[in-house]
Amino acid sequence: MEALDPLVLARLQFAANITFHILFPTITIALCWALLFFRWRWVATRNVAWLGAYRLWTKVFALSFAMGVVSGITMSFQFGTNWPGFMERVGNIAGPLLGYEVLTAFFLEATFLGVMLFGHGKVSERVHLFATLMVALGTTASAFWILALNSWMQTPAGFYVENGQYHVVSWLAVIFNPSFPYRFSHVLLASGLTAAFLIAGLSAWQILRRHDTPATAVALRTALIAGAILIPIQIFVGDLHGLNTLAHQPQKIAAIEGVWETERGAPLLLFALPDETTRSNHFEVGVPKAASLILKHDPEDEIRGLNEFEGRHPPVAPLFWGFRIMVGVGLLMLATSWAGVWALRRRAPHALPRGLLWGLVGMTFSGWVATVAGWYVTEIGRQPYLVFGELLTRDLVGPAPAASIAVSLTAYLVTYLVLIVAYVSVLFYLASKPADTQGARA
Amino acid sequence: MSFEQFLPLYFFVILGVAMLLYVLLDGFDLGVGLLLPLAPEADKDRMIAAIGPFWDANETWLVLGVGILLIAFPQAHGQILGALYLPVTAMLIGLILRGVAFDFRVKARDHHKYLWNRSFFAGSLIATLAQGWMLGRYVTGFGEGAGHQAFALLIALTLPAAYVMLGGCWLLLKSEGALQENARRWARASLVPVALGLLLISLATPWVSETVRERWFAMPAFLALLPIPLISVLALAGLAWVLQRSGVRDEFAWLPFVLAVVILLMGFFGLAYSLYPYVIMDRMTLWAAAASTPALTVIFFGTVVTVPAILAYTAFAYWVFRGKSTPLNYG
Repeated sequence: MEALDPLVLARLQFAANITFHILFPTITIALCWALLFFRWRWVATRNVAWLGAYRLWTKVFALSFAMGVVSGITMSFQFGTNWPGFMERVGNIAGPLLGYEVLTAFFLEATFLGVMLFGHGKVSERVHLFATLMVALGTTASAFWILALNSWMQTPAGFYVENGQYHVVSWLAVIFNPSFPYRFSHVLLASGLTAAFLIAGLSAWQILRRHDTPATAVALRTALIAGAILIPIQIFVGDLHGLNTLAHQPQKIAAIEGVWETERGAPLLLFALPDETTRSNHFEVGVPKAASLILKHDPEDEIRGLNEFEGRHPPVAPLFWGFRIMVGVGLLMLATSWAGVWALRRRAPHALPRGLLWGLVGMTFSGWVATVAGWYVTEIGRQPYLVFGELLTRDLVGPAPAASIAVSLTAYLVTYLVLIVAYVSVLFYLASKPADTQGARA
Repeated sequence: MSFEQFLPLYFFVILGVAMLLYVLLDGFDLGVGLLLPLAPEADKDRMIAAIGPFWDANETWLVLGVGILLIAFPQAHGQILGALYLPVTAMLIGLILRGVAFDFRVKARDHHKYLWNRSFFAGSLIATLAQGWMLGRYVTGFGEGAGHQAFALLIALTLPAAYVMLGGCWLLLKSEGALQENARRWARASLVPVALGLLLISLATPWVSETVRERWFAMPAFLALLPIPLISVLALAGLAWVLQRSGVRDEFAWLPFVLAVVILLMGFFGLAYSLYPYVIMDRMTLWAAAASTPALTVIFFGTVVTVPAILAYTAFAYWVFRGKSTPLNYG
């Protein structure tokens, strides 16, 4: 494959855009529910700490939402510009799912966002809470539809093929395809964890910089408790998701585990360098029989190896490492959130040990790392197919010449890089502003 | 007409309405973006406040438009976006820049604010020019040759004036004092380029497209079409007149925006008449490009339920922020 292969460029461009995009919905889906919670606590208790938390995190929400909207608009165009073959073949399935996302989610969230952000004093507190609820429902509905489509691409169901065109037999089977319930839960929980660690990290930063207020305390406490509750659920759901993948996409699991030959009592590899040219691993460090135990709940059971799927399995190293990064970050989340909640039993948030606070600052964007690593595992794990087992990615790429894609890819990458740097620095800047100006202006 | 034949037509109308609403709604906030550098520093926040609660939902009409194209006319979707690959990229980067600048400019450090103000302007300008260029390319069915390129350039240069007209009239409605007086001047200044642009486009369109020539100048149709240019001219003249009257800053502040909308509405009708029944001019009719009937039926019922609901809560949001705009505040 040469460097300027349009297929490689089209995939790189779509991956760059979708990676940039997913960062922001991952925050906003759950952050909106957090804002609803903060606002509800303020209305119920009249404790201004909750109002302060609401104001600061509304700013973060507004900025994140804008980043998500603009990169989402880009995506809606790239389906057509990069993968016209996809829409021509499965348009009868993907089209209505995307259509319902626009009709039931995008307008709802975008329209009520204005009332939610700027409607104070113009509408009653109840109408305002209602607007916030509509935005939260909109973001969640959006995740529902796009994950229904994404899951269908992973585990297609409820269709028949006629003259190369895909047609629907049952919409229920299409939407609630085998991997959808797992993926949807996994992503919503990931969003909850991403928002929880973002709030915890920036709040810890405020305490370390001595900019903390009563608002910081309630936000940090909420975030740590939410994180500590969500992470074990996430680990449990992730395990179910893995078993579901084993049933429907065994080659993805084989790549994740680095299993080349089908074997009984497969070890759980903690470290290895998978090599596709020799079709083996170098420097393996593993726990004997543990992979069989985790995946089949029986240490002697069989795991199918990659060699059964030669030519039809995804690249191994990215899955192997992506999965370990995701799980590693998840374990760090478990450790820090439980340590945090444990420490909160005896201490006020501003008196937490400095080591723990720095740890939380370090974990501010841990949700992004785990989410992106997890997405890479599942999406690269779908290759070489675009619709798993049905359509090959390379058959559906668009006609745009490599030079055009190279130009647009460069433009997007520069834009995204600048925006990411600006976004992260503005978040820390917002958190370090004195509390009395927070909320004074948009 | 059978239901099967009706469905593509229905989605053609929805597509048209979505694009029309996009141009009118995002048009005014893109126009305000184009005007931003002209305003004194003190007024910039007030200009942004006049579009703050709306811009996000306004852009969603573009997503609906491209979504309907994708869902209902998948064949045309691939061809259109393929032919417009680079201008689409330019437009998207413009929309990204202005969308985020809107939020960054009040959240970043104060000495970075001017940078985000410039990004807001630059993004608005890039998006507007790209949209005009794409419209021009689309109308000619992506025709080759210098004449077609010049035609697209003409529309690319007219659209910023049209958006400035909309943006100026919107600000006139939503602001007071010195900003309102500026808005009146900006709207007036846009009228000559708008009128000139529309005149040239009207002359050039039948010249670049034989199909349009035959449609416009066939005899009974020609008379039936006459109201379109007549109403445009009247609305333009009316707008020019009303922008000089003192009452325009008080009880008639809504009138310029309505007249500006009428002008663009006439342009839309002219365009729709010239194109129909083609989704891609002279190459693909809406029936040839349509998706399968079951897929269209599923989304048809979706739109029947949701589009009225969307229009209702959009009206609600505009109603909440009726009257003069107030400083944006997260309260």
